[in-house]
Amino acid sequence: MELTQLNIDGARSAVQERKTTAFALAESHYARIEKEDEQIGAFLTLCKERALEQADRIDRMAAEGKPLPPLGGVPVAIKDVMSTRGVRTTAGSKILGHYIPPYDCTAVARMEAAGAVLLGKTNCDEFAMGSSNENSAFRPVRNPRDLNRVPGGSSGGSAAAVAADMVVVALGSDTGGSIRQPASFCGVVGLMPTYGRVSRYGLIAFASSLDHIGPLTRTVKDAAIVLRTIAGRDPMDSTSADVLVPDYVAELEKPVRGLRLGVAKEYFGDGLDAEVRQAVESAIDKLRGLGCEIVPVSLPHTPYAIPTYYLIATAEASSNLARYDGVRYSYRAAGVKSLSEMYRRSRDEGFGAEVKRRIMLGTYALSAGYYDAYYLKAQKVRTLLTRDFEEAFQKVDAIVTPTSPTAAFRLGEKSNDPLAMYLADIYTVTADLAGIPGISIPCGETKEKLPIGLQILGTHFDEATILRVAHAYEQAG
Amino acid sequence: MKVTEKDVAYVADLANLELTGAERVGMVRDLNSILDYIDRLNELDTSNVEPMAQVSDRYGVDESKQGSERFAYANREDVVEGLRKSLSQEVALENAPDADGTFFRVPKVIER
Repeated sequence: MELTQLNIDGARSAVQERKTTAFALAESHYARIEKEDEQIGAFLTLCKERALEQADRIDRMAAEGKPLPPLGGVPVAIKDVMSTRGVRTTAGSKILGHYIPPYDCTAVARMEAAGAVLLGKTNCDEFAMGSSNENSAFRPVRNPRDLNRVPGGSSGGSAAAVAADMVVVALGSDTGGSIRQPASFCGVVGLMPTYGRVSRYGLIAFASSLDHIGPLTRTVKDAAIVLRTIAGRDPMDSTSADVLVPDYVAELEKPVRGLRLGVAKEYFGDGLDAEVRQAVESAIDKLRGLGCEIVPVSLPHTPYAIPTYYLIATAEASSNLARYDGVRYSYRAAGVKSLSEMYRRSRDEGFGAEVKRRIMLGTYALSAGYYDAYYLKAQKVRTLLTRDFEEAFQKVDAIVTPTSPTAAFRLGEKSNDPLAMYLADIYTVTADLAGIPGISIPCGETKEKLPIGLQILGTHFDEATILRVAHAYEQAG
Repeated sequence: MKVTEKDVAYVADLANLELTGAERVGMVRDLNSILDYIDRLNELDTSNVEPMAQVSDRYGVDESKQGSERFAYANREDVVEGLRKSLSQEVALENAPDADGTFFRVPKVIER
């Protein structure tokens, strides 16, 4: 049995049936990290002690013949924007370079309560701001499929860790595409749940009305298992919704025949790479072959999504990141004489270029005289973008699109042009703005063997349908 | 040019950033390029559109109720030790760059 090739059920049942141990699973994945990660850079911190303690707990359960919980013994990684008690949590930033949280993020706690073995914390763009992982204050992540390419961002470390078999599953966060786009670039599955489906408690805030936690996995079923584990109301997050969590795994097997899938021309316009278009169109044909009805829909405000997103996300970020003041838990510059000098120099030295750019844009958009023209305008367009989806979902059960206009680009290719980098999220940001769920699944490769992603979007709280479509596509081979 | 170097200095001040000379020049260039792109929002007439601050007031709540009543499930008792015990002083100070065991320590604020 190849221990680093298992899915969740395979790993759990192997431990349950004593064919292996959670300890051996953890050790074999650590060995793989040791071997691969110097090149890839997916991990920022390993927490071996915590992992082996949990593995031991699971192994004792198995030895006593007790049924293991759904993720019993499964090696996982957590994006370094989620707080882990006693384990350094940096958000990819120098300003939190030495931060050790005193509590666990709810999603992390639920994963561990379900038996997951947390191997470490994954690299990401600083404060989840980026589409290539080049904005990490520590080191860029490289795409396991081609080390000269980016893994996508901002959950690039999580996507790369899963793609390179260093863990079975990872948690990421998605504010403008940060789970789905790296999943697409690395050839794995990435699910962004509905806003409010998964508690944000303990997630280091970037843009609070847009931040989502979700899984990156190698199979759709694994994504369903993880979502079932982390979803549901949490009193510690007042925006976490009190909505019934269905059994996503059971729902996977329902037939897709007769489902209506929308295709929006706005997602197939200029800027879409020809090979990506071809792969996505064949995927749509395959779904039609599975009995889905393909229905043209229109999402006319799509061209306004990126400017709307970059106003709202940066405005919220400028407010959220005000807390890094060098007083309570963040980096403090040395040799400062006054309080105001301490704030400024600590933030100047602690934040990277992209974070400062976004704080500046957001502060500008909220400043006196510009609030109506920028921030309020963007909030109104957000209503229009959401209405587009509401109207489309009157006619269809889900919408299929490319995840990203291109496959993985080269390191350095867009790093000097912020606007070009922002456009990498052109097909993903609208779902964040509207709060609807989306999944990216692999749908082929370019001639250069780079993975291509198919995105499936659903209505609010209907992750079950997009998982079902994704599963049917995946199983059809 | 929408944003001048003077605007950048003003906004940096609001954001508690200093920025080096080179950073300010880059910021003028980048903010203007992004704001030029953002200008396309003005193609849309939004005079009769309600602004949307977040999604949770639209979905997943009891739509028969009005206003804050729709969020009754998110209410909780206002008690000192509520959902989670407060952090002890010791734990709360653990990540501080400078603390004296009781307080966070910062450079002097009041000049004599």
